[in-house]
Amino acid sequence: MGKIKESAQVISQEMIAGEIYSMWIRTDIAKEAIPGQFISVYTKSEARLLPRPVSICEIERDSLRIVYRIAGSGTKEFSGLTAGDYIDILGPLGNGFPITDEDSILIGGGIGIPPMLELAKQIKGNKTIVAGYRNSDIFLNKELEKYGRLVVATDDGSVGTKGNVIDAIREQKVCGKVIYACGPIPMLRGVKAYALETGIEAFISMEERMACGVGACLGCVCKSTGIDDHSKVKNKRICKDGPVFRASEVEL
Amino acid sequence: MIDLSVNIAGVEFKNPVMEGSGTFGSGMEYGEFVDLNRLGAVVTKGVANVPWPGNPTPRVCEVYGGMLNAIGLQNPGIDTFIERDLKFLQDYDTKVIVNVCGKTVEDYLEVVERLGNEAVDMLEINVSCPNVKEGAIAFGQKADALYNITKEIKDRAKQPVIMKLSPNVTDITEMAKAAEAAGADAISLINTITAMKIDINKRTFALANKTGGLSGPAIKPVAVRMVYQAAGAVKIPVIGMGGISNAEDALEFIMAGASAVAVGAMNFHDPYTTIKVIDGIKEFMEKNKVSSIRELIGCVK
Repeated sequence: MGKIKESAQVISQEMIAGEIYSMWIRTDIAKEAIPGQFISVYTKSEARLLPRPVSICEIERDSLRIVYRIAGSGTKEFSGLTAGDYIDILGPLGNGFPITDEDSILIGGGIGIPPMLELAKQIKGNKTIVAGYRNSDIFLNKELEKYGRLVVATDDGSVGTKGNVIDAIREQKVCGKVIYACGPIPMLRGVKAYALETGIEAFISMEERMACGVGACLGCVCKSTGIDDHSKVKNKRICKDGPVFRASEVEL
Repeated sequence: MIDLSVNIAGVEFKNPVMEGSGTFGSGMEYGEFVDLNRLGAVVTKGVANVPWPGNPTPRVCEVYGGMLNAIGLQNPGIDTFIERDLKFLQDYDTKVIVNVCGKTVEDYLEVVERLGNEAVDMLEINVSCPNVKEGAIAFGQKADALYNITKEIKDRAKQPVIMKLSPNVTDITEMAKAAEAAGADAISLINTITAMKIDINKRTFALANKTGGLSGPAIKPVAVRMVYQAAGAVKIPVIGMGGISNAEDALEFIMAGASAVAVGAMNFHDPYTTIKVIDGIKEFMEKNKVSSIRELIGCVK
């Protein structure tokens, strides 16, 4: 089937934390989506030309769940949709996480936490999920707990370890053979350094301002450590070659 | 029978709809959505003699009715382009227009010569990218510089040459005339308009390059005006572009004097835009009993 653009029906929507919304939508994209992929979500207004890339949080047979933060007028519009409304989406986009049976550490920071839920559901080995939040306004924690040991870090120390996700990993003696991570760049830098230090393989999901979402415009590149086979320079397309890369492949 | 075909510098296009360079790669990615055989032409992203890394990120941002980009002409260089991108396009029944960029005249000439024996129908010379420091727009903002580079390219090119003009000039007719006088077979316009967005929360520029090129529906009225002025100033064909999002927009450009049109930033909003534009033009012609698209080219004087 490949990628499609379609009008998907909203099944439900709720606010799950401050400015964080969870939406279930009915879509054929669910049939081919894998954890770590994303969809492009379009606003109703042509004045907002570009789609919003949103990670996939959960995948059911004919529906997807997205969890997103209100970051501007486009995502604000999405948050106003209710059951029965339609929303234009395109996907599935990107490569997704490679699934292994090894004992794994799943690390999510802020709005990088949602893709860890479907990943946690699909990974078979023992897993520890490390979730980093700003404060006690935490989300998806109850669902994540169902699929593995949950370790929480908060910037203000109100829940779990005070500090970042790597502080939590050290304090709570988290171990595993492979790391999957999604979150802001400073967090990914910490994850990459930790992976290097411990010799654990790490897959990180990157983010950048996007336009086409399909690999044509070269808007959302990241720096690669070696010459990329497609670009022939040290750039990789986050939307097409990623968003998931081996930590060793990219410069952060 | 509706006739959508147009002839530009001896090249016969099945319809006047192509996509704007840089918004479509070489068609590989959008080929998953659009039957490339239906397009009048595929216009490739700009290619230079060697790979270019482009600008730092963020390279794109949205603005009301459009977007800014400062990709900086990242491209894999002519070798990979010929082996991979041109090979891919050979399997499609569409015309291939290769957009050529460079930092120096020699860079442009090297690419033009390399393409001489390849399956390429036309060359589009990018002398109007606002996002690279050397070359590109430096050749496109002064009439004598444009004249000189056009002449040098025309001396070496085996395919017909389209000069892609910048809107960031005082008088577009002067540039159009310079390209024509130097022997250009056609001109295309407009490239993006130099623009800026400030991120007030971060108190910095939205793009790492500080400025970027504005494209999308916001620039359409400017583009229509410039196409009208340019088409009135020269006899060579004009390919019109700038904010086209539907058939009505495309018809405005055609009536203003464009022999063909290109869909740019709107591909990002809807990957099927090119096909919808082709179908919409046909529908308009059926409804208004126009048998050939050529009757509409420049019909508004």
